[in-house]
Amino acid sequence: MHDTAHAGAHHAPTSFIRKHVFSLDHKVIGKQYYGLGLVAVFIGMVLSWLMRIHLAWTNAPIPGLHLLSSAGAPGDVMTPEYYLQVMTMHATFMVFFVLTVAPFAAFGNFFIPIHTGAEDMPFPHFNMMSFWTTFVAFCVMILSFFVADGPTLGGWTQYAPLSAVGKVAGPGQGAGVVIWATSIAIFCVGQLFGSLNFIPNILDLRCKGMSLWRLPLPTWAWFITSCMGLTSFSVLMPACILLILDHVAGTSFFVASNLVINDQLQPHSGGSTLLWQHLFWFFGHPEVYIAIVPGMGIVSHVLITSMRKPMLSHRVLVYSMGALAVLSYMVYGHHMFVSGMNPFSSVLFSFPTLMITIPSTIIVLIWIGSLYGAKIRITSASLFALGFISLFITGGVSGFFLAQPPIQILLHATYFVVAHFHFTMAIAAIFGIFSGTYFWFPKMWGRMMNETLGRIHFWCTFVGVYAIFMPMHYLGLAGNVRRYSSFAPDYMQPLVPVHQFITIAALFTGAVQLIFLYNFFYSKFKGPIAPENPWEATSLEWTIPSPPPHNNFGDVHPVVYHDPYQYGVESSTGDYLMQNSPEQLKSGVINDEP
Amino acid sequence: MAKLFAVTLLIIAIVSAIPIIRNTWHPMEDISAHGQAIDDQLSETMWEAGISFLASQIILAWFIWKFSGDRPGEKTQKKFPGGAKGLVIAAIVLVGIEVFALGIFGVKAWGAIYFTQPGPDALPIQVQAGQFAFYFRYPGPDGALGPIHADKISEGNQNFFGLDPANDVDSRDDIVTAEMAIPVNKEIRLLMHAKDVSHSFYVPALRIHQDFVPGLDLQLHFTATKVGRYEIVCSQLCGLGHYNMKAYLSVLSQQDYDDWLKKEAAMQ
Repeated sequence: MHDTAHAGAHHAPTSFIRKHVFSLDHKVIGKQYYGLGLVAVFIGMVLSWLMRIHLAWTNAPIPGLHLLSSAGAPGDVMTPEYYLQVMTMHATFMVFFVLTVAPFAAFGNFFIPIHTGAEDMPFPHFNMMSFWTTFVAFCVMILSFFVADGPTLGGWTQYAPLSAVGKVAGPGQGAGVVIWATSIAIFCVGQLFGSLNFIPNILDLRCKGMSLWRLPLPTWAWFITSCMGLTSFSVLMPACILLILDHVAGTSFFVASNLVINDQLQPHSGGSTLLWQHLFWFFGHPEVYIAIVPGMGIVSHVLITSMRKPMLSHRVLVYSMGALAVLSYMVYGHHMFVSGMNPFSSVLFSFPTLMITIPSTIIVLIWIGSLYGAKIRITSASLFALGFISLFITGGVSGFFLAQPPIQILLHATYFVVAHFHFTMAIAAIFGIFSGTYFWFPKMWGRMMNETLGRIHFWCTFVGVYAIFMPMHYLGLAGNVRRYSSFAPDYMQPLVPVHQFITIAALFTGAVQLIFLYNFFYSKFKGPIAPENPWEATSLEWTIPSPPPHNNFGDVHPVVYHDPYQYGVESSTGDYLMQNSPEQLKSGVINDEP
Repeated sequence: MAKLFAVTLLIIAIVSAIPIIRNTWHPMEDISAHGQAIDDQLSETMWEAGISFLASQIILAWFIWKFSGDRPGEKTQKKFPGGAKGLVIAAIVLVGIEVFALGIFGVKAWGAIYFTQPGPDALPIQVQAGQFAFYFRYPGPDGALGPIHADKISEGNQNFFGLDPANDVDSRDDIVTAEMAIPVNKEIRLLMHAKDVSHSFYVPALRIHQDFVPGLDLQLHFTATKVGRYEIVCSQLCGLGHYNMKAYLSVLSQQDYDDWLKKEAAMQ
């Protein structure tokens, strides 16, 4: 394997464009992805503020909103349709351009070649195309804000036939849907390019001594995620193309016969309503794990460094993440229990869904069990990693309810579901991104972030997200349906004060993200210069300068002698031993599984 | 800092559990013959999820409190009692049994609605969902509903179901209403038809929740056991007026129901 470790090597570029824009360097591409994620997360967050304000105070004007859409917010008051459009865009930007892009594409690009001891990805041109394709997808999605009747209002799930019959179904359902589906299809291509680089890099570009079991946990997580990306984006992309064809080519893949909309008999016939749901969720459920598994890897990596001891079992964590990935294809029907799918199928999908609790529980127990006897160093990164565990537990236990068809009779499409997926795939994943950012910032940008600001950011965010999302469980139990722009049914009226509380918490939590933004940009330019290994960590990224040179390891080919997590040992460096150190420990070698 | 984290975690866990323990927000009172099994399943799951939630957050807080900071002279290699193997076995055995049991009992509650057939005397009522209203249709004295002609559906001339009484005998006595009324303790066979896009028929009090599938007419059956006025809402995003798509369901005594139907028939 080490003979091919420099397969993707190329000379350092000299021009500005090849260095910073159309770069082949996996590190630049990783940072570009991170930047894209950062822009998208702030768009998504502002959209969520608009949604929350409207839900809590439906008729209150939001100053300046008419500038975004004069039709959507006459007199600065949001219309019900504009609420749905904002909601759809919030979810789309967050799921695709943040939760997929940041933990997977951004950190994965930067660190996979370094973790494997390679000079670059095996196919650097594909890698560059991966980012720029994703960037085009992002621009296309932004475009939908500026077409005549605005972006689509159909939700990020885009259920047919609402999404497939054209503008007769509502504002944004014509051009808005076509733009949405085009953007997502392009996005899928970008992510396929990414996965096609990650997998061969991890399998074939490992340096001497780097057996698979010596790969650090994030790289294992990115490997598993790449496999999921390969098999799920390749289903969503054709589904989006079929949806576009229903709009522009007169086909009826997703539209049944004899539909009457606005008193007009639709010209479609013979399509299937449920086909879209099957195709979408066959992608959609693995996507949940695409968002969260990289976070699990990152958090494990950060925790081990902070605990000064390895996990109880490296392999069990890897096997469990793998089990999540495999099971994720067998559970997607739990999104469709009351969809009209055969009710026997609901039972069949319910058991694998319940079973997925087992690998998830194993992962959590390994984390908690590993804390036993540790010497946790509290940093911003480790606080976010510990916060991740708490959030993942909270999101996990609500899964017990939603895995069961009879309970979904009460809870399907309510705020309970909103709480569940935000705790797991959204907020926990975001905590994984923050943890990774505080941990790897010195390596990626060569400067240290401010710890005090990092901790303030953590405390406000941690308490804030619980204040936002925990009450949503209660709303769901009371039958509060999601995707309502206001709460017209009588029985939902008494729940409005809870929404007002959530909105205040969301505005506060969103505002404290400005602390992170300030810390990020201030530190990038003015932060103290980072040493090579500020956290006394052991994996290969900490054996090279911060930031790493163009070809990562200079002109040497690294050789690896140990598993990546030699902590709590007595070596010449202290309580840890670098992965590439030839030093052999007399005693206390732990968890070495070559 | 670690101790502060542990205490914060503990407070969050307890504060989160209080509304559940005090039952501050809860599903509305069940008025269906089949709903008790669902409610039992919910409370079973609440116990198991609640205990798992509190136990794991508390243990997490405790370990963070106890095992943070450097303790010179002490090694970090102390393994958790039982090691990884013990934890894996615990997860597979304890959680496995727990979720498997939930799943098995859940099938019973689910099957009571979906794996049984309505009795021969069940009262057929058709519900049609369209942007953004529900309409209901009752068979007249002939006991039969006339066919729907999609090309005749028109909100404008109030032919919501696209009926053609001139040619279809069965349609002539059909009773179309904007509210749903049913007799108490009488089994209902609900015939679900979507006019345009997907919608849902969600009646929390009745423990009924089913999407309408355009192109596929589904059936549900249920019995309401308590007189009262309840709400039917749409839970499947159907367009700009989704939030406002609702109808009332009146559960009436047999006598009141007969009177109501007579009155509605007279208004056709």
